[in-house]
Order: sequence, then structure tokens, then C-alpha cells
Amino acid sequence: MMAQPCTDTVMLEHWHPVVSLDELRGAGRCRTVLLDRPVEIVRAAGGARVLCDSAPVQTLVQYGYVWASFGTAPAPLFPFPEFDEADRRFVVTGVFGVQVSAGRAIENFLDMGHFPYVHTGILGEEPHTEVKEYDVEISQSRDEILATRCRFYQPKAAVSSDEGADVEYIYRVPHPNCSVLYKSSPVDETRLDAIYIFVQPMGQEKIRAHTGMCIIDDASTDLDIRSFQQTIFGQDKPILENQYPRRLPLDPRAETPIRADKSAIAYRRWLAAKGLGWGVIPAGA
Amino acid sequence: MKLYDFELHAECYAARLMLSLLGVTYQTEAVDFYPEAAHLAPEFRAINPLGRLPLLEDGTLRFGTVQGILSYLAAAYDPTGHWAPDTAVLRGEVAGWMAVAGELAATAGQARLIETMFADGDAEAARAGAEALLRVIDQHLWFGEVEGRDWLCSATHPTIADIACFPHVVLSEDGGISRQDYPAIRRWIDRVKRLEGFTVMSGVFPTSSAL
Ligand SMILES: [Fe+2]
Repeated sequence: MMAQPCTDTVMLEHWHPVVSLDELRGAGRCRTVLLDRPVEIVRAAGGARVLCDSAPVQTLVQYGYVWASFGTAPAPLFPFPEFDEADRRFVVTGVFGVQVSAGRAIENFLDMGHFPYVHTGILGEEPHTEVKEYDVEISQSRDEILATRCRFYQPKAAVSSDEGADVEYIYRVPHPNCSVLYKSSPVDETRLDAIYIFVQPMGQEKIRAHTGMCIIDDASTDLDIRSFQQTIFGQDKPILENQYPRRLPLDPRAETPIRADKSAIAYRRWLAAKGLGWGVIPAGA
Repeated sequence: MKLYDFELHAECYAARLMLSLLGVTYQTEAVDFYPEAAHLAPEFRAINPLGRLPLLEDGTLRFGTVQGILSYLAAAYDPTGHWAPDTAVLRGEVAGWMAVAGELAATAGQARLIETMFADGDAEAARAGAEALLRVIDQHLWFGEVEGRDWLCSATHPTIADIACFPHVVLSEDGGISRQDYPAIRRWIDRVKRLEGFTVMSGVFPTSSAL
């Protein structure tokens, strides 16, 4: 049972992830849903081809994923230079279905306040619950949100950590449904590990969350890295699915300041300025 | 003792929970169930021809189904005999609810795999099957409370049948099955969570008030 297909121009004009090349290589093809439309991804020259009702859909292969767009002239995908750095490990940690809007998923990814309560003993622990002051800017030139100087005490910041540490985070939101976070690498202090979430909006309240990382770590196995990230994501999932309303309210006064902190306010404002009306509750609605 | 394990796998959680409740120490070996489907690869099938998780190794013994693992652990490591009681009545009850746990795996568990990890199958049919079972379980537990029975079987303590059913029930929302209409089940979940030695998995919180 498919809802009325999305007609929101903001969503239609973006590229959306539909499957990782890892998964496509193994399976040969993949059937899924994007913006309320059934799509099929098949392997083809150049990597992949996306079809919707047997008609070709604009396809892009980038950053280890197949992306699709129903727009007339989708802008190029955001830069993600770490993906091309040769000494980094690129690990797809999986794709999980979640009953939530894309906006809620991104906002949870940006939120440090839940670490001690939801990722207890890993990304946070009591009494280290305070979210210290950090900076947020909306970059007009790059059309993305940047949160910097985010610091948090983490008992086990990564699979390669052997002790707790104050970890510094940088968050980027370069796409309404995609975010990349950078955190100090436990292996090399001068470098930052990049962890991404690329959200595929299946419908307004249903997503596929594609996660993975580009990290400096020669020691851990793919399986270790995946298990770590899946544990984190498994903890977030029930929290995400218990948020009501499932769509993201764009009115900055819609929710209490705890849930709508500084980066969330910037994110909602940025989405509202784009005129997004799908998967959200527009301000004044 | 070694458990071949995947963190987000409901039946692996049942095995970990039983080990924890019994206070048995063990090692784990992670098997990449998702996304790699490593449980179906020839290397793993050489250990478990069923191509299934969890698998428990104790010395030279191997148990490749959750029912086998729970029954073995209770018989071998529970000196009180509570977890797998051997009276005629309780044996029958435990076997019956263990069978229901298998049906929960095929319905609620399958709905979860379809919705969360994109397994093949009919999610609506799986949910309908699960709801029919949950209604029966809720009613059984509700009448149990009236009669002073807290657990699935008529013993004064939980059995392996509770542990076999618990993961599929507590993870039902992953499959799109709300427990709103099953108040006796919600109270039973809280009782399981209060057991000494209870352990969580990713996605299960120590008390239901965490949400
Ligand atoms: Fe989280």
C-alpha cells in the first residue's frame, strides 16, 4: 500500500541514497521505496541503474552509494572529501528501516544530549550529562549547517578506544537528509574520523537509514566496526520511533528547548527557508 | 563456553539473557548476520548446518537452536532446577510455551526482520500472526495475575519458556507491533526486567520507563 507520491519540489530536486554499492554487488538488484515510489536498482555499466515502474530514473553513483533523483535538474551532491582519502577505511555499517521522518533521524544524529541516557557506557555516562556550549553556523556559500567545538565526555568513543576521553565533534548537515560527523580519531590525534548517516526517505514517516564511516583504523575488523555502530543505532531506534509527532515540526517554538537545542533550531530554520513541506510540519501549519 | 552471536538478533539475545541469568561466563564470537548474511556462508554452515544463529559451544558440544541452547543451559548450569523444572505438568507447559516462542519468531520476529533489516516476506501477514499470539499471551498472563501466577508456566518462578518468548515480545515494535493493547504483557516485561542477572541488548532498556 503506497501513499500518494511525494510532490514536494525540495525533495524531488535532491539526490537520495537508495542502496550501497556493497549491498548491490552482493545482491545484484534491490527493490525499495523512495519518496513513496517503488524503485528498483540494478547493476549496470557505470555502476547502477535505477528504475521506477520500468522507466529510468536519474542515477548517480557516489560515496559508495547509488543515488536517485526525480527532479528536473538536481544540484551536484555535497562534497565529502574524506571518502577519497586513500588511507581511510570505508565501512558500510548497514541500512536499517525506521518508522520516523528523515528530519527526526537527522536531528537525533546531531543531538549530544541523549548520549549518557541512550548510549550509556559508550558515547556518554552520568554524571557527564552537560552539553557544553558549541558553535553553529549556516554556511550560505556551501548551503550547509556546521556545528563546531562540540565536546563530550565519552567512555568508549569508538571501537578502537580503550579508555574514556573528552571527544571533540564537528557536525555537517550538507543535505536535508544527510549528515556527517567528525570526531577525533582514537588512533591518530591529528585526524578526524568521519561517520555518516544518509537517510533515504521512503515516505514521510518511514526511512531507510544508511550508515557508515571513513576512519583511520588499521586494527579493527569490518565486523568490529559494524557491530559497534549497529549497537549504537539499535539504541537510537526505539527512541526515534517513540517521538511524536513523527514528522519534524519546523516552527522553532513547537517543542521544548531541550529537544530543540541550538543545532536543531538551525536545522529546522534551514529546512523552513528551503520551503520544505514534506516529512515535516511546516511553521504556521 | 562460546556463543556465536549477533547483537541485534532476537534469539541471540535470548541465549545471552539466559547465560546472564544463570551467571555463566562465556565468550562471544560475532557473526555478521546483517548485512553480510555470514550465517548462511559455508564457513558457518560447517559449524551449524542449519545456517542459524545463535550457536552455543560448550567443550565439544554444540547446540544450534535457541530451544536447544536454553534447555541445555538450564539442565546443565541451574542447580535449583527452576529454569527447566522436571515435574510432568511443568515439562508440558514449558514445551508448549517454547513452541509458542518459535511461532513468535516466525511472526513478530519475522516482521521485525522485514521492517528493520529488509528480509523477504509479507510484513502484514507476519504482524497479523503475531497479534493473534500476543492476544492469547496477554489473556493468559492477565488471568495468571488474577490467580497469583506471574509467569507463562504455573511455577512460582520464571522458566526458559519466559526467556524464549521475551525477546520477540520486547522487540515487537521494531516490527510495527505496538504493545499498547497488551497491558498484562507490559507488566510481564517489567517483571522479566527486574530479575536478578537481567541484561539488556541494544534497543532494550533496563526499565520500560526509559522511554
Ligand atoms: Fe544516538
